[in-house]
Amino acid sequence: MIVADRKPIEELLGMVEDCKKILVVGCKGCVTVCNVGGLKEVEVLAATMKIARKKAGNPLEIAEHVLERQCDREYVSQLGEEVNDYDAVLSMACGVGPQFLSEMYKEQSFFPAVNTTFFGGATQHGVWEERCAGCGTCGIHMFGGLCPIARCAKSLLHGPCGGSSNGICEVNKETECIWDSIVKKKMEAGQLEDLLGVKNFKSWKTARDGGPRRSIREELVQGNI
Amino acid sequence: MSELKSGSNLEKVLAAGHFAFTGECGPPKGANVEHLVEKFQHLKGNVDCVNMTDNQTAVVRMSSMAGSALMVNEGLEPNFQMVCRDRNRLAMMSDILGAYALGVRNMLCLSGDHQTFGNHPEAKNVHCIDSMQLIAMVKKMRDEGKFLNDEDIDVPPKMFIGAACNPFADPYEFRPYRLANKIEAGADFIQTQCIFNMEKFRDFMSKVVDMGLHEKCYILAGVTPMKNAGMANFMKKFVPGMDIPDELIKRLKGVEKKDQAEEGIKFALEQVEEFKEMEGVAGVHMMAIEWEHKVPEIAERAGVLPRPVID
Ligand code: SF4
Ligand code: SF4
Repeated sequence: MIVADRKPIEELLGMVEDCKKILVVGCKGCVTVCNVGGLKEVEVLAATMKIARKKAGNPLEIAEHVLERQCDREYVSQLGEEVNDYDAVLSMACGVGPQFLSEMYKEQSFFPAVNTTFFGGATQHGVWEERCAGCGTCGIHMFGGLCPIARCAKSLLHGPCGGSSNGICEVNKETECIWDSIVKKKMEAGQLEDLLGVKNFKSWKTARDGGPRRSIREELVQGNI
Repeated sequence: MSELKSGSNLEKVLAAGHFAFTGECGPPKGANVEHLVEKFQHLKGNVDCVNMTDNQTAVVRMSSMAGSALMVNEGLEPNFQMVCRDRNRLAMMSDILGAYALGVRNMLCLSGDHQTFGNHPEAKNVHCIDSMQLIAMVKKMRDEGKFLNDEDIDVPPKMFIGAACNPFADPYEFRPYRLANKIEAGADFIQTQCIFNMEKFRDFMSKVVDMGLHEKCYILAGVTPMKNAGMANFMKKFVPGMDIPDELIKRLKGVEKKDQAEEGIKFALEQVEEFKEMEGVAGVHMMAIEWEHKVPEIAERAGVLPRPVID
């Protein structure tokens, strides 16, 4: 799923400094799963902002709404023109949400309430880690099922670099060296030869470097399914 | 002597069977050519070629290509370093051609320290290709005369291809294989990370020799003389991939502060002596970091002077 972190409250207050009445829109998709932009978080954020503004002697009126998904026009349209009744709208969805909202409601200003960080999953309760960088040409089977593009700080296809120490990446002590895991896994499986030789030069055309990407499912476009 | 690949001085020295002695020089944090040229003077005639570092430790400096070209002008032979962190494949190929056009004949292909270590940690890291592929790319450009896309190069860059190897990084058991991979990719010579843990390096080299890697490539052992115990402590703590035995720190601390530099040089000289005899080691890469003026003395005491001159 897509993982995000909520922006600091000061930053959000700064965004709507001049507003008297705002709408906070949550999303029941990924950001609900990673506890950053679902119903509960919308309520907490609205309450926190109201208290802060009241304390500052400049009360803020906040309405709350949670959409099924903000990355789908069908759901985004449910908000309706009432979004224009507010001075601004804070979206608690990933970066996709406020864009879909902006595209549909051109008169309104939508602010991102979260920083969208990565594609990953929960490794323990309350901890999410990156697993994929959406490079568009998945090759993890060559690396024991572990992705060096997303998980090695240098996206090496022939690691580990000279900074790998005791399974830890040179970047910081909290980051594992994924290449250490790849090598150990391959050695244990007696498949070391898979890591030898020079791998094909990666084409970044399918990644973001090739420009914004688009997926087309012809059968759906034609309405056959 | 088989036909030379680049005709660089370093290649000639190694091909003739001499024990190589290479140096290192960091470009200035600015455009101070005068200071750089002054550093060159300490190295001139005392080493076979000089590595020109490429934004080492991710700190921005004068470009390694410009530094290398200035070196050529001063009559020294550069070993042009290139990291994968700062350029995509277009910029790399174009810089390789540019460096060659400016008289560069050796290059060292590196991944590069991560930018979080440096003075612009906000920078984007490129890593369009990695160091293994950089080696293969330079080889393709040189031997096939082609760019990565298979288009012909009008006058290919004849580089002597170098790569790095850190026997002290993990997982240790994999390191000889990674070295083998670099040789397979096209590395003509290897310069290792600074060696301080001699016991581990001996073990590493015995594995390398067992695999016959030393016969396919020239391996230069990396040596850095310690200026004092503080430097050793710092490197142990903060420089990734460094293996500095407590014994060495103890030895440096065992003498008075003013004598620590001499003790550091003594240790380095003992290392050089051992490397001269060690099977599989074809030379020493002396990285006297910001200590270029000591190189003449170190070279003299190491008994590697005069450097061979080969036509
Ligand atoms: S190889 Fe590409 S698509 Fe596959 S997990 Fe890694 S970044 Fe994602
Ligand atoms: S230490 Fe490991 S994960 Fe970190 S950059 Fe090097 S190879 Fe990649």
